[in-house]
Amino acid sequence: MLEKNPVIFIILAFVVIMVGTTITMIAPFKWINGPGDSIAEVKPYTPLQQEGRDLYMREGCNNCHSQTVRTLASDVERYGYGGTYSKSGEFVYDRPHLWGSRRTGPDLAHIGLKYPDPKGAWHRKHMENPQSVVPASNMPAYAFLNQPLDTTYSERKMKLLKFPYTQADLDDLKGKSEMDAIIAYMRKLGTDIPVKKAEAAMQAPVTANNPFTNLEAIEKEAKSLYSQQCASCHGEKREGTLGPALKGSAKSDADLFKIISQGIEANGMPSFSSSLDEQKIWKLVTLIKKDIK
Amino acid sequence: MSEKTQYYDDSVKGFITWSIVWGTIAVVVGILISLQLAWPQLNVAPYLTYGRLRPIHTNAGIFGWGIGSFIAMFFYITQRLTKTPLWSPKLARVTLWIFNVAIASAAVTLAMGINRTKEYAELEWPLAIIVAIIWVLFSINVFMTILKRKEEHMYISLWYIMATLVGVTVLYVVNNLGMPLHLFKSYSAFSGTNDANVQWWYGHNAVAMVLTTPPLAIFYYFLPKITNNPIYSHRMGIIAFWSLIFMYLWTGAHHLLWTPVPDWIQTVAMAFSIMLIAPSWGAVMNGYLTMGGKWEQMKTNYLVKFMICGITFYGLQTLQGPMQAIRSFSAFIHYTDWVPGHVHMGTMGWVSMVLFGATYYVVTKMSDSEIYSIKLANAHFWLVLAGQLIYSITMWIAGVQQGSMLLATNPDGTLHYSFMETMISIFPYYKIRAVSGFIYLAGLVLFIYNIYKTFQKGADAKTFKA
Repeated sequence: MLEKNPVIFIILAFVVIMVGTTITMIAPFKWINGPGDSIAEVKPYTPLQQEGRDLYMREGCNNCHSQTVRTLASDVERYGYGGTYSKSGEFVYDRPHLWGSRRTGPDLAHIGLKYPDPKGAWHRKHMENPQSVVPASNMPAYAFLNQPLDTTYSERKMKLLKFPYTQADLDDLKGKSEMDAIIAYMRKLGTDIPVKKAEAAMQAPVTANNPFTNLEAIEKEAKSLYSQQCASCHGEKREGTLGPALKGSAKSDADLFKIISQGIEANGMPSFSSSLDEQKIWKLVTLIKKDIK
Repeated sequence: MSEKTQYYDDSVKGFITWSIVWGTIAVVVGILISLQLAWPQLNVAPYLTYGRLRPIHTNAGIFGWGIGSFIAMFFYITQRLTKTPLWSPKLARVTLWIFNVAIASAAVTLAMGINRTKEYAELEWPLAIIVAIIWVLFSINVFMTILKRKEEHMYISLWYIMATLVGVTVLYVVNNLGMPLHLFKSYSAFSGTNDANVQWWYGHNAVAMVLTTPPLAIFYYFLPKITNNPIYSHRMGIIAFWSLIFMYLWTGAHHLLWTPVPDWIQTVAMAFSIMLIAPSWGAVMNGYLTMGGKWEQMKTNYLVKFMICGITFYGLQTLQGPMQAIRSFSAFIHYTDWVPGHVHMGTMGWVSMVLFGATYYVVTKMSDSEIYSIKLANAHFWLVLAGQLIYSITMWIAGVQQGSMLLATNPDGTLHYSFMETMISIFPYYKIRAVSGFIYLAGLVLFIYNIYKTFQKGADAKTFKA
């Protein structure tokens, strides 16, 4: 009969398609984003952050950047930035989700934890000219975001998304650029859930004393590490750009180790405990201690 | 019937022509963005940046080239299998107009940054509604032709066609539900993890209902036509059909392994993905056995080459896909270039190969003449095959390379490579990939020239007769 009646055939095909659809797509609405998933600390976006998120969508950032830290150790280490893997409750205000499918660039789910600087100086420099910060990067330059932010729909967006906002939030949009908005969004990502950064980072090295006292033996490796990890903010010649100059230091080896490992939140210095192991940090300490003119 | 049925093929020709135009644009944009990944200075802000161009590449490929040529082939096949002229030629003409306006508007709005960001559902709501209208108009035309058919029995191709009509409608409508802010902006009706789960239910079944069932309908119709062999087993085709459309819908979450989507959904997706090997290979074996041992046709008939190569890539694709859907393997290659390598074996290999073969066949029938040049068609075959293999193989290597570097840790648990070290290691592959795009494009140019000349030959012959 099926070979002769197209109406019955189409109804049957629809039913067959709907079985898997119902079980794996419709039914999960019962559990996902329910009370079990909710995280009290996660807050909706402010008008400025939501504008930034919309710009992230406009520019198609999701084509190269994912936004989910998987439950894999290497993912947590690389993209957790002191936090942990992504949880459902972190995304309840995301319409649409921006998890992405390709990491041409790094995952950004917790990028707000990486650069603590409230002014977002690193992001600004990087967005304007990515290669000035990360020389081999293949990211396009987004200097054109230094144009006034269109706030025509900002309030209506808050209402549509049912996000709370105050007049102060709306006033905060005045005079802001698109760059300011996207940086505000970057700085929010992953920061709602408090992270005890000092705990997450290495408190103290396993080897109490710097094992690399002879710079000459490790100079080549240390310099390469420096240009990969430090040069973008402290300058290729350690002259200082976003961060201070590092031409020799009076600080003790142990203090320098702690700064590199844990970062200095107030100054915007990120923690490097997940990207550098102990040996590498000690080598950098030895290099930085060297007084160059 | 004593008289030969008059088929209406003007819109078939129209859709073939325009789908080739959009397909060429998809390949050219693809080459441009592959170059941008190797040389970022090729990004021209704001309109021609990678982030805005990649959706144009995928939409032109899937909707312009894919759907456009499927509409052409469905119009062609349905008329022949039902021995009935198209229900409404006028409606078909209107559909083609709206189709072209929609794809052109899609390219313009995406370049302007009007983008919902849900993969393969990027178009904002007014355009999404137009796409849905196109689909409904086309579906009505095909379905009414089937209802009014003069041949009672419905061949397996019609089954795949009807499943496509229903499936795409359901998927597209649900994933595009949203709350409009204004004409050029809307927010998804779903949030966070729910939105991700709906998106990949859609995303993976777009692969099922756009990139699998239509080319299978086309394959099942044209392979017997081209080889003059009957299909090996109608019954195997039917079993494979029902199990395919049943199982596919469970597998979306294999795009979301290790994410906050509930574990059981991931596991179910994994299991069904592996089960899908059976119906997929049912179709592959049906194709191989239809050859009836007459494999010399691979040498003597250029069309057989396209069809058999296409179904072979489908077979490889449906082994590699389930492998990627396993948690441990996904942990390794997900988010790397392995995946574009996989996708392009499906699109440049399977779908496009079958479409090239079917288009040559249809164009010669419609022009009532032989192909302009078999030599050029053979050159076209080898160029697109080489282009596709170089593309996929380099991306698989790049994916394995970067994947293993990203996972590598030191004995103390810290990461062995910085992200930039992993990226620098794959730049050489990006350059080879760009070259593969040019090779594929060269094949495409030969195809277009051959088709154009064949149409011209047909037109000349008609003038002569008149």
